[in-house]
Amino acid sequence: MIRVNPKLKKELERYGEFNANQCFSCGTCTALCPMGLKILPREIFRFSLLGSEEKLKEAEDAIYSCLLCRMCEANCPQGVKISENIRILRTYFTERVFKI
Amino acid sequence: MNQKIAVLTLLSQNIQKRNSALPLPGFIHTRWAKGLGLKRGGDTILYTGQMYQMVPYLLALQRRQRGIPSKFYEKLIRIILLINPVINVSFLGTIGAVKREERDYYFGVLKKIVALLRANGLEPGYLYEKELYAGTLAHDLGLERVFKEHAIRLSEIFKKEGVKTIITVDPHSTDMFKRVYPKAVKGFDFEVKSYLELLVEKGAKGLKAKEDEEVVIHDSCVYARYLDVIEAPRRLLKKARAKIKEPRFSGEITHCCGGPAESIFPEKAREVAKNRVDELTKEARTIVTMCPICHLNLKEACGPDGRVEDLALWI
Repeated sequence: MIRVNPKLKKELERYGEFNANQCFSCGTCTALCPMGLKILPREIFRFSLLGSEEKLKEAEDAIYSCLLCRMCEANCPQGVKISENIRILRTYFTERVFKI
Repeated sequence: MNQKIAVLTLLSQNIQKRNSALPLPGFIHTRWAKGLGLKRGGDTILYTGQMYQMVPYLLALQRRQRGIPSKFYEKLIRIILLINPVINVSFLGTIGAVKREERDYYFGVLKKIVALLRANGLEPGYLYEKELYAGTLAHDLGLERVFKEHAIRLSEIFKKEGVKTIITVDPHSTDMFKRVYPKAVKGFDFEVKSYLELLVEKGAKGLKAKEDEEVVIHDSCVYARYLDVIEAPRRLLKKARAKIKEPRFSGEITHCCGGPAESIFPEKAREVAKNRVDELTKEARTIVTMCPICHLNLKEACGPDGRVEDLALWI
């Protein structure tokens, strides 16, 4: 069972163009990620859309280890703005979780 | 305190208080231009973003950091964050650890870029001490408020100095000014060109390959996938009659050097860099790149025997 925050998606959209809902979890991004972290980025997007802040916090290292190299984005069949979505999640962490 | 929060807090303090990710005194980040006769300001300026100047100091910091026993690390970080608002700890940590040959190399890249621009009829100005870092790291790591305030400060300087055209030397600052600043700062309408594109536009005169040896080209992710600057470096190398080899992953599908992970996950960054070096050196012994961060990471991964050259110094 997970606790969800139904307002999380709206909150993320405040920081920029968060289009994770276009992801259909094909896994191309995960296969191409040079960091080799299996959680990146499609699972993170599912947690965001579900509003699971706890699961997102568990994925904190993965979110910050993304290189923003756009290898995944250049090959995404759905045109998901993966690097911008990751950057938005970082902004959320900085402001809401770390409070820097 | 975990490393992420420590790095983010330090970065936030440095950018807000000293306008840079790694604040260097003005006499250091402008030293490369000494004797070049670059005019102060003007409507067309060469913008370095202090990027090439920072690299030898980043390397010095990394060396210092590796020498600290992990049991003291946590305590040291707390002390650093406490005193950093008053004392520039990032710069202090580099004193005595900067290698002259590294500094000369990166300063030499900037000097060569000026020479290349002049050979093609361009005489840009330079903002010297007034030039600020572009704020890339704050933007990428999600320090949005810090980044926006900084972007406004830098934009005001450009306006006050009467700048119309900005010639950039690295992919990160180029991307900031072309893609990010126009959205973040109202009225940011300067013309922005990388020196690579500009040299191609001007006919790339006076180029000659440094050596006859084959080189393998490493595209920066930002130039290739954010800015679509793929052809310009190749044209310059061809014009210089350099012998170029392409790695399996190049251009739009270039592999990353690992650099962006360096500040928070240095070990993982080194692993990514090592994989990239292995790919590249299958094609040629000498790697040519056009980004100071790629240069730093690939060079570190190559070890003392590897050879990584900045494109400006090869043409």
